[in-house]
Amino acid sequence: MPEHKILIIEDSPTMRQLICFALKRLPGVRIVEASDGVDGLKKLSADKFDLILTDINMPIMDGLKLVSLVRNDANYKDTPIVMITTEGAQEDRERAIALGANDYITKPIQAGRILDMAKAMLKKP
Amino acid sequence: MSTEEEKAVSSRAEEFMQVFKKGAEFTQELLKENERLRYQVIQLQEKLRVDPEPVLSSTEDIQLRERIAELEREKEEILNRIRQVEKENQDFAARYVEIETENNNLANLYIASYQLHSTLDFKEVLQIIIEIIINLIGAEEFAILLLDEKTSELTAVATEGVSREEIPAVRYGKGIIGTVAKTGENYFIDDISTYKRDFLSPMVCIPLKIKDHVIGVIVIYALLLQKKSFAELDYELFTLLAGHSATAIFSSKLYSESERKLSTIQGFIDLLIK
Repeated sequence: MPEHKILIIEDSPTMRQLICFALKRLPGVRIVEASDGVDGLKKLSADKFDLILTDINMPIMDGLKLVSLVRNDANYKDTPIVMITTEGAQEDRERAIALGANDYITKPIQAGRILDMAKAMLKKP
Repeated sequence: MSTEEEKAVSSRAEEFMQVFKKGAEFTQELLKENERLRYQVIQLQEKLRVDPEPVLSSTEDIQLRERIAELEREKEEILNRIRQVEKENQDFAARYVEIETENNNLANLYIASYQLHSTLDFKEVLQIIIEIIINLIGAEEFAILLLDEKTSELTAVATEGVSREEIPAVRYGKGIIGTVAKTGENYFIDDISTYKRDFLSPMVCIPLKIKDHVIGVIVIYALLLQKKSFAELDYELFTLLAGHSATAIFSSKLYSESERKLSTIQGFIDLLIK
């Protein structure tokens, strides 16, 4: 697998560590972490990423706002975005997909689920 | 022609007739043989048409039949081996899934443990416990209660989904929460689906223990919408939380107390020096 850059935007250090732990099992990935939406946007403008994983409930800027901003950026209009959240209701999922997210993972999180999702997203043309 | 000459001619004619008769008989025999052979050819052609197997000698036939039997045996052995390999593959695949699950579970446990011991700040420790309960267990409403040994009361020091004021103080040894604190035994409600929130009767109550000494409890009142039941990993996480959270909370409290004492002593020393 060629090198893929993945950005994790998540305010919880526990979750960031778990997601990193899962994604590091993929060969040739480079992982960058951001602790909120604003930090995430800064990192997105400084580099080009192949996959974005973002939490929804975060301080300063939440994940939904971030997704709508990222989708307006020509560099990221086709980049897969996966939302990770505690909100398991169907309307929350639909809202995230309508804003431009490609997938939606609910907590509690398992490393295996994150890994499978990343593999599937990075395979897509 | 004399009589003798006539006799000689007659004798020759007779000889000729005999030769001719023999020739006729021989020709008849040849025709019969020809007819018999033609009949055999037709029969063989018919046999070949019906059964195209080449006609072989009995020795070749036996050898070939033995060879076929041998190949059949080999084929059966190969098929058995394939079936065995397929079964082994299925076993390996099942084992792989099992190891992957175990690996993922260990990842969650490792990260929970790593995070719990990553700080000596009491508030941060409580925040990490909350994160673990939300993100790795999937609880929505819960509280962390610590035991005040002077008053023998358990009071909430951190909550999620409910306010701290809503959680009543509980007497050590009284009710479900007090009993868990006293006995050090985990408590799980039998049927989560029928549970109705009651602050004195949680769906889960986990003692925070340092060896046999209970310093507090974690009580859970509601799970996330998508979390319908507890998995095997959740019970392992509860066990981990019971031990590691307790030591992390105890260490951070000791550390902050020693920091406070240090700053007081430093203040006295500064005063004495001045």
